[in-house]
Amino acid sequence: MEHAIRAEGLVRRFGTTTALAGVDLAVRTGTVFGLLGPNGAGKTTAVRVLATLLVPDAGHATVAGYDVVRQAHQVRHCIGLTGQYASVDETLTGAENLLLIGRLLGMSRVAARARAGELLAEFHLTDAGGRAAKTYSGGMRRRLDLAASLVGRPQVLFLDEPTTGLDPRSRNELWDLVRGLVSTGVTVLLTTQYLEEADQLADELAVVDHGRVIATGTPDELKAKIGGQVVVVRPLTAADLPRVAAIAAELTGAGPEIGQSAVTVPVSGTAVLPELVRRLDEAGVEVGELALRGSTLDEVFLSLTGHRPEDDDGGDGDELVVTRERTTA
Amino acid sequence: MTAITAAPALAPARRVGLLTGVRHALTLAWRSLVQIKHNPMELLDLSIQPVMFLLLFTFVFGGAISGSPGDYLQFALPGIIVQNAIFATMTTGFGLNMDLTKGVFDRLRSLPIARWAPLGGRILADTTKQAWSMALLVGVGALLGFRLQNGLSGLLGAFALLLAFSLAAAWISVLVGVSVGEPEKVQIFGFMVIFPLTFTSNAFVPTETMPGWLQAWVEVNPVTILADALRGMLIGGPVAAPTVQSLLWAVAIAAIFGPLAMRALKRRL
Repeated sequence: MEHAIRAEGLVRRFGTTTALAGVDLAVRTGTVFGLLGPNGAGKTTAVRVLATLLVPDAGHATVAGYDVVRQAHQVRHCIGLTGQYASVDETLTGAENLLLIGRLLGMSRVAARARAGELLAEFHLTDAGGRAAKTYSGGMRRRLDLAASLVGRPQVLFLDEPTTGLDPRSRNELWDLVRGLVSTGVTVLLTTQYLEEADQLADELAVVDHGRVIATGTPDELKAKIGGQVVVVRPLTAADLPRVAAIAAELTGAGPEIGQSAVTVPVSGTAVLPELVRRLDEAGVEVGELALRGSTLDEVFLSLTGHRPEDDDGGDGDELVVTRERTTA
Repeated sequence: MTAITAAPALAPARRVGLLTGVRHALTLAWRSLVQIKHNPMELLDLSIQPVMFLLLFTFVFGGAISGSPGDYLQFALPGIIVQNAIFATMTTGFGLNMDLTKGVFDRLRSLPIARWAPLGGRILADTTKQAWSMALLVGVGALLGFRLQNGLSGLLGAFALLLAFSLAAAWISVLVGVSVGEPEKVQIFGFMVIFPLTFTSNAFVPTETMPGWLQAWVEVNPVTILADALRGMLIGGPVAAPTVQSLLWAVAIAAIFGPLAMRALKRRL
C-alpha cells in the first residue's frame, strides 16, 4: 500500500460552521505527515474523521486501505489515537489503563498484562505504573497516552497536538519516542500548532486554515515556496519601522512583517540586497542590523495565511493584515 | 523500539459479534468498578452516605414521626432504599460526562469494540453498585432491628423491581450527563431535582401528615409508588398494584428518555 491514509474532498459541518471545507490528503506509508494550522483550522476534525469518530458530510477517506465510513471497524483495528480529545482514564493507574485497552482488544489477561508491562518499561513509566494517572506530571501523562494508543500495535498512529502544553524537555522526549516509532514502520499523522514540531518530525506537511489545505510539501519545499529567504532589517529607532516596511514592500513586492524592532520580508534572491541598502540610506534610515537568512516555517505560515499559527482564527490575524495594507498603501 | 510495534497477525474482523460485545461491556464494567479502589469519594457515595442517611433518619426523626426509632425504621427503610437508588442513578450521568469531557469516551470509540459497550458497561457497573447499596441498607437495617415480613422472595422481588426501575431512570441520568458541560452540573441537577422529588413522597413520612395540596402530588409521585411496592414486598401490604404501576413508570421513562438520551449522545459526539 503506497498511501496509509488517503482523503478526498472531506467536508464536515457543525451547524453553520464548516470545520472541513473539502480536505484532500495523501500520506505515504511509513512516513510522518504533519497537519499544521492554528486553533480552529479543522485539524482535530480531520483526525476525528480519519479515526472513525466522526462521519464526514461529504468526501471519502481510507486508512490502511479501509474506508473510514463503510469499514470503520476494520480501520479501528489498524489505528492508534492519542491527543487532546482521546485520553486515558485518570482514575485508573497507568498499568490498569493499558491492561483495560489490551483486554478490550481481545488479549488474554496474561498477554494484556505482559503488553502493559512492556509498554510501561519502554516509556519509562514502570515505577509509576501502579499510581493513578491523575498523579502523573504532564510529560508522564502524554507518554501514557501514547503508550495506550500503541497497545494494539497500530499501523497508523494519529497524534493530535501531542505536545501542546508540555515543557521543552518533555516535548523533546516525546519527539524521540515518535521518531523511534517511525523507525519501526508506523505511519504517523500529526497535528500541531508548533512549526518547530512539524519541522522536526514531519516528512511532509499540509498547512490547514479555515478547513482547507492551503499548501502541501516537505518542510523544505514549503520554505522554498516563499522565496526561501528573508531579509531582516532592524532600524536604530523603532519610529523608522513603517518607512523600512514601505521600502521593503516596494522593492520585493511582498508583504513585510513589522515586529517589535525589526521588519522581516521574504526575498527571492540576494540581488535585492544592495538596492535595499541604497534605498534605506537615501531615506536616511539608520540601520542597526541587516540580515539575510533562510525563512522559518513560521514565516511560511504567515505568508500563506496572513496570520501567525498561534493566533486564533479571529482578531489578531485580521489586525495583521490591516497593518500590512496600511504599510503597503 | 521493536517491542512497540509489529504488523498485526490477523486480518481484522468486519464487525463485533454479540458475545464479543458482551465481553467488551464486562471489561468496561470492570473498569468502572476498579475506579472505586482509587476514588474514596465513590466509596462514600456507595456505602457511607446510605448508611449515614439510614442512621440519621432512624434515630433523629424516628421518635418524632413514628413514636420510636424501631417503628420508624420498619416504615422508612424501604423509602430510604428507594431514595438512595434514585440518587445513585446520577452516577451514570456523572461518569459518562467525565468520560466525554476528559476524552476517555473518544479513546474507547477509536477501539474496535462494540459501539454500545461503553454505555452498556457503565450501566452494568452502576447496576452492580445499586445492588451493593441496597444489600448494605438491608443488612444494616437488619442489625438495627428491621424485620422482613415476606422472607427471601419478598427481598428478591424488591431487589428486582428496584434494579429495573433504576435501569429505566438511568436514561434520565444519561440524558443529563450528555447534555451538560461539566460533571459538576450533573450533581447540581441531582440536588435540584432529585432532592425535592424524593422528599415529596411517602418515602420518609406518611402522606396523611402533609397539607392537602401536597398530598395530591405525593400520591402520583412515582417515588411514592415505588416505595409502596417495596413496602409491600418487604414489610407486607398491597404488592400487585404498586408493582405494576412502578413498572409502567419504568417503561414510560425508558421509552421517553432512552431515545432522547441516545439522540443527545449522537449529537455530542
